[in-house]
Amino acid sequence: MVEITDVVCPLCGCVCDDIVVEVEDNEVKKVRGACAVGKSKLMGHGRIKSPAIRANGVLKDCSYDEAIKKAAEILAAARRPLLYGWSSTVCEATKVGVELAVEIGAVIDNTASVCHGPSVLAIQDVGLPSCTLGEVKNRASLVIYWGANPTSAHGNHMKRYSYISKGYFLPGGKKDKKLVVVDVRETKTAKMADRFIQVEPGKDYLFFSALRAILYGHEDVVPDDVGGVAKKELLELADMMKETPFGIIFFGMGVTQSRGRHNNIINAIQVTRAAHTHTKFNIMPMRGHYNVTGFNQVCTWETGFPFAVDLSRGFAWYNPGETAANDILWRKECDAALFIASDPVSHFPADSIRHLARIPVIQIDPFANPTTEFADVVIPTAVSGVEAEGSVYRMDGIPLRLRKLVDTDYPSDEEVLMRILEEVRAIRAKEGE
Amino acid sequence: MSELLIKNGVVYDPINGVKGEKKDICIRDGKVVEEVKNPKVIDAEGMVVMPGGVDIHAHIAGGKVNAGRLFRPEDGRRGLRPRTKVCMPESGYSVPNTFATGYRYARMGYTFVMEPAMPPLAARHTHEELIDIPILDNAAIPLIDNNWMTMEYVKSGDIDLLAAYIAWMIRATKGYGVKVVNPGGTEAWAWKKNCDLNDAVPYFDVTPAEIVRALAEANERFEMPHSIHVHGNMLGHPGNYEVTLKTYDLVKGITPYRDRPVMHATHTQFFSYGGTTWRDFESKARAIADYVNANEHVSIDIGSVIIGDTTTMTADGPMEYSLHQITGRKWTNHDVELETGSGITPFLYSGKVSVHTLQWAIGLELALLTKDPWKIALTSDHPNAGPFIGYPILISMLMSKRRRDESAKEMHSVIFDRAELPSIDREYSFYEIAIITRGMTARTLGLHEHGKGHLGVGADGDVAIYDISPEERDAGKIQKAFLNAKYTIKGGEIVVKDGEVVSAPPGRTFFVTPECESGLMDEMTAKLKEMFANYYSVSLANYPVQDAYVPNPYEIRAPWRS
Repeated sequence: MVEITDVVCPLCGCVCDDIVVEVEDNEVKKVRGACAVGKSKLMGHGRIKSPAIRANGVLKDCSYDEAIKKAAEILAAARRPLLYGWSSTVCEATKVGVELAVEIGAVIDNTASVCHGPSVLAIQDVGLPSCTLGEVKNRASLVIYWGANPTSAHGNHMKRYSYISKGYFLPGGKKDKKLVVVDVRETKTAKMADRFIQVEPGKDYLFFSALRAILYGHEDVVPDDVGGVAKKELLELADMMKETPFGIIFFGMGVTQSRGRHNNIINAIQVTRAAHTHTKFNIMPMRGHYNVTGFNQVCTWETGFPFAVDLSRGFAWYNPGETAANDILWRKECDAALFIASDPVSHFPADSIRHLARIPVIQIDPFANPTTEFADVVIPTAVSGVEAEGSVYRMDGIPLRLRKLVDTDYPSDEEVLMRILEEVRAIRAKEGE
Repeated sequence: MSELLIKNGVVYDPINGVKGEKKDICIRDGKVVEEVKNPKVIDAEGMVVMPGGVDIHAHIAGGKVNAGRLFRPEDGRRGLRPRTKVCMPESGYSVPNTFATGYRYARMGYTFVMEPAMPPLAARHTHEELIDIPILDNAAIPLIDNNWMTMEYVKSGDIDLLAAYIAWMIRATKGYGVKVVNPGGTEAWAWKKNCDLNDAVPYFDVTPAEIVRALAEANERFEMPHSIHVHGNMLGHPGNYEVTLKTYDLVKGITPYRDRPVMHATHTQFFSYGGTTWRDFESKARAIADYVNANEHVSIDIGSVIIGDTTTMTADGPMEYSLHQITGRKWTNHDVELETGSGITPFLYSGKVSVHTLQWAIGLELALLTKDPWKIALTSDHPNAGPFIGYPILISMLMSKRRRDESAKEMHSVIFDRAELPSIDREYSFYEIAIITRGMTARTLGLHEHGKGHLGVGADGDVAIYDISPEERDAGKIQKAFLNAKYTIKGGEIVVKDGEVVSAPPGRTFFVTPECESGLMDEMTAKLKEMFANYYSVSLANYPVQDAYVPNPYEIRAPWRS
């Protein structure tokens, strides 16, 4: 039995890095300090056993060489290929992904496209006054979760970083802090809150606007009821925000993917700026997958743009609405797709999925998921953070290095992509001759 | 064995005192040598030959640079260039992607760039980007001034333990030295406050002045190649030149480890302001230059303005917020626990605005009024006063009084009332340009001992060849020549030919390893462990930058001075 400490968890955007894991016979036997979902990921479960190529509608096992060759042939022949996913793998894989996208003139996009993509658009409009999670832990006496339910989605978030954690200036932990939850229903997180504000579905934008007006000193324009919330409650919330020496709003997909989308987030950020005229106030998206942030970082420094990047012109063209994964799928432009470390078939709109059924699909993933059912080539890989190491970025942009805990025969995502890229280059070199 | 001979060029190699002599340069296996036997030959007849450029201060990699790229797709679109056989696609103007950063510097004849502000907690990010910047050798300086540990040791007056802490930090971040940015003020910014030089930092009971002095002393405990690198308090405030001079005075009398200043004061243009408000704002470049002329313990870089739109970014969070309040443009802030912060906002320098016109004049005045070019470096604090791609404009301004006069005529008339620039006749020579872009910067960073910034035997084979006559005084031609080198040679390999990148090998990352006595290190580490156990949001074991992030390392050891 070997005990490994300071293990970095490859599950959600919290990227907890204080996990203790016990390994015996090259298997993770025990996990301490992770939340239930993180633990399940680290312990391992149902894997894709072998590479496979679909023939006559049935996936048939094959060698890695055959699967990689087939994948390369599909991509080299495509006129409008899509490389999508990336949020549950390491930055080293993304770098090869960008290189591959440049080589074949692909659209490269990640799951932010259907998650916090609207947050990125909002940041491009107004910026993001934010901080690292340790700042929240040490200083934030007011924590607001908005359209986010960390007790279910980010198990250790409150304990490690926010409401329940003890900090330098807040040694009493939650005794020294106030928790406010704004949501359309009373979630588990809401039940813990000092104050729960239930807003009607689709009314967040109104709510933000009213709060912003109050924080800027225009409470007279606010009606008695805003999205099902009494003006009195809004005034009290505004007072709490003004009075805290350091406050933070964490927002989730309850606001990014409900009606209003990026407009909600622009408004939320402007609420933060309004509060910032009174005191120190911050805002942070509750990024989902452990490296969804990392893809956006790498894609930005390598191409200049964070997601939905079209490289068909030889230079990077960024225009979400035109160049995101779903844009080229439901316009039926895309003629081949590579999905890595994601499950678009579970999350994309029906029109996109219908088109996926018509085009060749390559999947690179340790685990089978509904996308596997659509895949023509399946290439299983090592689980990053368990069987392979690499860089990831926490939801607050802090880079950490995933550790390798056990050995495996599966190749890493990076390795598979590199081999596909080499194979594509070989095919194109031959065509060139 | 690869050999290269650059013959017939007019060579400017200030570190070796070569002032425009017709001289051959021989390179074998990446290094300058006495002679070569069977070389590839470049005929540089009638051209200007200099060592590869060394930029002392440009924000090219890391969290805030990338936050700038991410929130400015409109900047990304200015500078799109498709891939080539050897190049990845380029994007961006003030915040270029990593590949464009490498290619553009190389096209201008630069081969080394210092990233001057690495937040220690996010150091891995800085290094990941440096890996993706082709061609350029590089290094990064970690921010160590607003750190809680720093302030506690400053308060207790324990310079040796502070030295142990900075040694640990520089090693943990694979960094190059000690960076200071608004000491105390950035910590105060976590509470939306700021600090002047002698204000107490909230809760920590030390002053910025004490922090600067203590860090300068601690830095000199080691044989560090570079002095502390300082962005002081009150950047960008009218009347701040007095604070600036007081900051310089703080470190007077500290003995440097070798013949170099004890403080490098960076982007000094932003610190040379007179007046009390933006209304009576005026240039105080003369006062700053007089001080630098009269003293040996401070070096400066100019941080000169390039007219146009740019993206400002600094660990000086309160400054960026003030700027955002002035312009109303988008604003990103990112405070980093126990260490530092950062702010980013776009900014347009306009020649029609009086303040911007004066800022533009101040940067050039600093360069023209500082008598000894070995004390100043050419920078634009990229991208704060303008993107590095504007350096050739600045060079042409410094070399041509006529160009300055023509520009001044187009700008706000305030330049004739509250700036000295129009009355300055000095023009830089090619030799002096070589000093402020190569010799001085390499020497100030201590890199001349490691092959950078000169062409003596044993130096790196980094050479820039500009297609311009040494007699040329036409500003337009000068600008054009410095924008696109005829050849740039990096480590003996031709990377740019006729202004185009023809090869893009990876650069090396230089880092310093300060060596500290183990007793001191143990005592400091005990306290550090407490900080990690209680207040950091990451584990101590996951904090130091792993070797994987420095794939092409160049280590400089800095022994403890006995």
